[in-house]
Amino acid sequence: MPSLKDLKNRIDSVKSTRKITKAMQMVAAAKLRRAQEAAENARPYAERMRSVMGELVAAVGNSDTAPRLLSGTGSDEVHMLVVMTSERGLCGGFNTSIVRAARLRIDELRAEGKTVKIITVGKKGREQLKREYSDLFVDHVDMSDVKKVGYSDASAIAQDLLARYAAGEFDVCTIFYNRFVSVIRQEPTVTQVIPAVFEPAEDAEETSKTPYEYEPSEEGVLADLLPRGVATQIFAALLENAASEEGARMSAMDNATRNAGEMIEKLTIEFNRTRQAVITNELIEIISGAEAL
Amino acid sequence: MANTMQFDLVSPEKRLASLEATAVQIPAAEGDMTVMPDHAPVITTLRPGLVRVSAADGAQTQYAVTGGFAEINPEGASVLAEHAFLGAAESRAALEGFLEDARKRATEAEAEDRDVAEKFVADLVHLLEAME
Repeated sequence: MPSLKDLKNRIDSVKSTRKITKAMQMVAAAKLRRAQEAAENARPYAERMRSVMGELVAAVGNSDTAPRLLSGTGSDEVHMLVVMTSERGLCGGFNTSIVRAARLRIDELRAEGKTVKIITVGKKGREQLKREYSDLFVDHVDMSDVKKVGYSDASAIAQDLLARYAAGEFDVCTIFYNRFVSVIRQEPTVTQVIPAVFEPAEDAEETSKTPYEYEPSEEGVLADLLPRGVATQIFAALLENAASEEGARMSAMDNATRNAGEMIEKLTIEFNRTRQAVITNELIEIISGAEAL
Repeated sequence: MANTMQFDLVSPEKRLASLEATAVQIPAAEGDMTVMPDHAPVITTLRPGLVRVSAADGAQTQYAVTGGFAEINPEGASVLAEHAFLGAAESRAALEGFLEDARKRATEAEAEDRDVAEKFVADLVHLLEAME
């Protein structure tokens, strides 16, 4: 049976743990709000981009002159997977769920006999994937100095990807990130960015109503837009990921705080019982000592 | 004919402006163009330059953009800029940073890309001069 002193120490240590998790939860909540704001601010740009590109793609179609970023290389042998995870842990199942999705995809592609290459963004995913697939790694993007995800970060990743694509290093590029649904729900999402995919415009009538003129030309505008589109998609993914990370951390820390509270309660009850037992014991000793005299 | 149109300026990070305007001057890839209400629908790419907006209340605003594209239709114009700044001191510093990057890329780039990169540099230099 643990002594009174031991119990007291346990209680104190759990109490300070609870303080830390509570603080982390509040920090995560504040960061989450900012991350959500950033994601919302980025939305108008992404939406416009998407609609204009949709129109362009409809106008240019899949002609032979379509840029390679749209039409693809004509094969799908080499797959580039960009796995986006967090730099720091203590955020529940956030990283595990992305890594699980990535692992599933890697195994699937390998079973089909394709070549897989991996770029990781964020330290945590790299650590988890490195164990199994270290030979597939081509690059790692370190985001540990990045306090707030900016467009330039996304742009840098996109530039790197585009250069690799132009050099023929891969045929298809997909990104893995967590889409923010709510504080307690983040969905691992897989999106193909190269070659660009567009869902056929639902409002086909509306688009044909305003025949746009293009300067310098359809192909010219498209060639300029597609790389930007890749960067925009990556930027959106990074923002979603940042919001998801904070959301996951917030709920994980909320759980931890609650667990710590329960533990303190239990330990306090045990402490009180032990204290009572000690007092009773002492009394018995004194009384029996006095009787013996 | 409407006298004003909707003008939006958005960058990937935020929406910089959304207002009623009477005229907007846009640094399009093949020369500046001034957009007024009921303009024919055009989509154009941008070069680095200044976007000048004349708001419905007569106020003039000036934004520096480094590239992107603009979608213009009879109801309005939206400019989607890669980076956009409200003409001020910090934008100069940022633009000079871009210029340095662009210069480096221009010297590294090969044949075909080089022309594009050098044009970008020239446009940036021009933009910085115009801001003085």
